[in-house]
Parts: sequence; structure tokens; C-alpha cells
Amino acid sequence: MIWNEEFETLPREALEALQLKRLQHQIERVHAAVPYYRNKMEEAGVRPADIRTLKDLGRLPFTTKEDLRINYPFGLFAVPFDQVVRIHASSGTTGKPTVVGYTRRDIDSWAELMARTLSAGGAHKGDVVHNAYGYGLFTGGLGAHYGAERLGAAVIPISGGNSKRQIMIMQDFGSTVLMCTPSYALNIADVMKEMKVDPSSLKLRVGLFGAEPWSENMREEIQKRLNLKAIDIFGLSEVMGPGVASECIEEQHGLHIFEDYFIPEIVDPKTMEPMPLGRHGELVFTTLTKEAFPVIRYRTKDISRLIPEPCSCGRTFYRMERITGRTDDMLIIRGVNVFPSQIEHVLMSIEGVEPHYQIIVDRQGSLDVVEVQVEVSENIFSDEVKVLEKLSRKIEREIKDLLGISCRVKLVEPRAIQRSEGKAQRVIDKRKL
Amino acid sequence: MKVEQISVFLENKSGRLADVTNVLGGAGINIRALSLADTTDFGILRLILNDSEKAKEVLKENGFTVGKTEVIAVEVSDRPGGLAEILNVMKDNGINVEYMYAFVQKSGGNAIIIFRFDELEKAIGVLKAAGIRILTGEEIYTI
Repeated sequence: MIWNEEFETLPREALEALQLKRLQHQIERVHAAVPYYRNKMEEAGVRPADIRTLKDLGRLPFTTKEDLRINYPFGLFAVPFDQVVRIHASSGTTGKPTVVGYTRRDIDSWAELMARTLSAGGAHKGDVVHNAYGYGLFTGGLGAHYGAERLGAAVIPISGGNSKRQIMIMQDFGSTVLMCTPSYALNIADVMKEMKVDPSSLKLRVGLFGAEPWSENMREEIQKRLNLKAIDIFGLSEVMGPGVASECIEEQHGLHIFEDYFIPEIVDPKTMEPMPLGRHGELVFTTLTKEAFPVIRYRTKDISRLIPEPCSCGRTFYRMERITGRTDDMLIIRGVNVFPSQIEHVLMSIEGVEPHYQIIVDRQGSLDVVEVQVEVSENIFSDEVKVLEKLSRKIEREIKDLLGISCRVKLVEPRAIQRSEGKAQRVIDKRKL
Repeated sequence: MKVEQISVFLENKSGRLADVTNVLGGAGINIRALSLADTTDFGILRLILNDSEKAKEVLKENGFTVGKTEVIAVEVSDRPGGLAEILNVMKDNGINVEYMYAFVQKSGGNAIIIFRFDELEKAIGVLKAAGIRILTGEEIYTI
């Protein structure tokens, strides 16, 4: 169901007019209230009045994690501190966390966005929302909580951990909607198996999973093992927290970005130029309504692409493809930007092929050579050499078609590709540049 | 009429063939016949064993990719022209041999050859019509 029919199905033209109006207002406000942003704009020679069309957004400087770090903790807040009613922080992998603030109106917008997210995932008033996202500085727990309340569902604020108790509560309280990270969902499935609890004896119907990258394979596994429909949701604390984009239960393909609140851009992470619509690149967000912590052209370092084609659910917002890579993983091969996620995409599109692969880049003379090692699963294995060789050629051809680079596909034994802590190292770059 | 063949995907890496045979040996499985098809990158080991099901199980447990195919075992007289006789029957009937390999042991005075045909059922029919003996799975596994 669509939570906010009026905004979520706005015709493109009306949506863009709304975006422009909100963008102009946002930039004016940020320019006036945040010296750091004002200085950056002055350095780039842009004034708020220069933003006349949506395209003019491209004239504004980008914001990076480094900008956030320099302004730790409250330097980028755009309201007087007594307007802030909530502070969250994301766990920094190194050093200080990234701190974000919310006004009362921001909290209200966030609840609206998460109600939309839950609704897109098939949840509704009357549901029992089992919220196993962590409560605390992390935005996941409280973000999901307020959205579920706004939806009119009964929220169980169980937070993460103690899976046995989680399962007991699912049984006794009749949880219908599960919210947690996809890896925690698999952990719950493991514990359920240990406890000999049959997932079909539970009332779980749908799960909204996010806060970490996951794959289509993981989705299938979660759906099968927990007997529910798994929905991918996306957000990041710098932009809002969860509630930036969500899949719809109708398609489970691509996440609708709530474009009346955020403008997405896809840029080439090397040149920072916009990519043509539909092509892969780095995802960049500008917030349109945030009061306490607005961001302008925030570089997520996540790799995605926009899907402009209309969706059967009726939402007019563009969808973003699920995040499968980071800009840190980007390779430049013979001048072409290549993301490991694109290779994964090709493999997934070939029936029976599992997305277990490794890309090995080397330089012979002055030429980059690429070898893609693909694991041979039982589904594609044959007793005949010609069948396997045909498959290698097919993968090579499809990679060439999609990415525009020639590579050599080598079939390898399963698990021959090193997995570290469940996260495979996808790229080995042997070039000495 | 058909014989079960197990095939194993092997990377071209030293020791992999030994690994397969160690796993089979450790599980008390006897190899009746085998062939190895090799390419630059990988090999396909095809095996006729006394216990295919168990072999499949233990190989999978040890992380190998395993396939199962039906082949036929044909008795070939151990004399000049013995094999040609059979292949001529196939040629006359337009049946392709995908691959073939010889058996380790003999059946009486005759050799045994394993064939993989593109049209299995048709091949069985024409071999029978030509009076060529096809060994059953049972006969093969218990040799």
C-alpha cells in the first residue's frame, strides 16, 4: 500500500518543481546558517541565487565524510542548538563518530519516511512490528520505531541480541513484521533451527532489512529460512537514517528513493561528473527538508544506479539498484571504470551461475589484463568440456557487452575463492601503478 | 542398460586428482574406470565406481563439485577391428560419441568401453540390434 498517495505518486514534472522549490529554500538557509558550507560555496563561486534549475545543483561543491569529521561534533548543524531534540551518531570505523541532529520537524519527517518504508514493504496498522534494529546512537532502532508507530502498528522495541528470547517473543506476541539487519535475520534463522522452531509456525509475513549491503542470494536464503518476504531498505545517518529509499513488495526490485525529501545523483567517482541516467556510479544525496543537519551533495561512496522506468506499484519515484559495492572497490581498467558489482550483475543474470567470483587485474606490458574467476556450482557443472567452455565464452561476451572490457573467464572450484569472515575479497589488483 | 558415471570438476592444480582418489579410497569406494578430460584451466574427471551414491556424498562433503551422468558400457571383442565395428554402427545411425574411454578390467576375453552418446536411447537400440553386448550397471559395479 502507498502511505502517502499524494506525494509518492506525483507526476515527474510536479515532483521536480517541488524539488526545485525545496532545494532553493534549503540552499539559502544552509548558506545563511552554516559558515562552513557558506565558505565552500564562496570558494566555488556559487551563490544561492544561482540555483535556478535542478541542473544547477551540479554547481555546488560536494560534501564528504572528511567535511563531517572536520566539523565534529556540531559544526554543520544549521539551527540554534535549542531547536535540536535528538542526536544520533554513526559508529566511526576509525576515530570519532559522525554526529547528526534532528529538530522536532525532522523527527516528524523521519517518521513519515519510515511509515512509507514500512507501508511499501507491505506492513500496515494492526501489524506487530518486531524491531530488532539496535536502539541507541545508531539511527536504525529509533528510526524504525517512530515509523512503525506512525503507521499505527504495535511496535516491540526488542533491539538486537539474545536471539532465543527474540524467538520466544515472536512466538508469544505473534510478530508479523521483522526489522533488523540481513545478517542478524540469518542468525535468527540459525537459532530457530537449533531450537527446532518451525518458521511456518510463526506469524512473520515480511521482513525489512537494511543497514548493511546484502545480495539477492542472501534474500533468497532469508525468505526460505524465515518463511517471509524480504524487503531491502536503505538509509544512512548522514542523510537521515533509514527511510531514504525502500523496495516495494510488489516488485522487490530496486529501492524507491523518497525524492520529495532527497535528491539523488549518480556521479563518476573519479571525475565527479554526472553519469548518464541509468549508469552505475557513486550515489550522492542532497537533503531537501532537513533542518538540523542538512547535507548538500553528500558523497555516500556507495555504488548504485538509478532505474527511471515506471514501477508497477504506482510510485513515481526513481528506484536505485541495491547497493553492491563501494567506490573504494572501483577499478579503472584500460580507462574504463569497473565496479565489481557490475560483474556480479552479469553473473547473476546467467542461469545457474552463482555470484561467487574474483577479479584479478594484472598488467602485461602496458596492457591491463583481467581475469574473472567464477566458481563452478553443481547447477552449471557438466561432464562435457564443451558445455563448460561455452559457458565461459558466454560470460566473457556478456561482460564485454555490459562493461565494455574484454576479460578472460576462468572456471574454478567452489570455495577456491577466498572468503574472509563471510565477506569475499572480490578484487586482486596485481598492477604496480 | 545404463551405467551411472560420476564427474568431478577439478582446477588445474597439483594434488587435486590425488585428493579425489584419497577421499574415495578413504570411504572404501573402488574405481572401476576413469578418464580425465583436461583443458588449460580445468579438468573433468569421470569415474565409474562401485558405489556412485556414496561417492557423490563424500565428494560433496569434501567440497567438490560433482555431477551424475548416464553412460553405457559396451563389450568389445579383443581383436583388431573390434572397436571399429561398434563405431561403424554408430556412424551408420548418425549417433555422435561425446566421449569414450576404456575400462580397467576385461570382461572374459573382451574389453569394456564406456561411451557417452548424444542420443543415449537410440544408441542402446542400435547396439542391441547389431548384436553388441551392453553391460548392465550391476555387472559393472560388481566386476
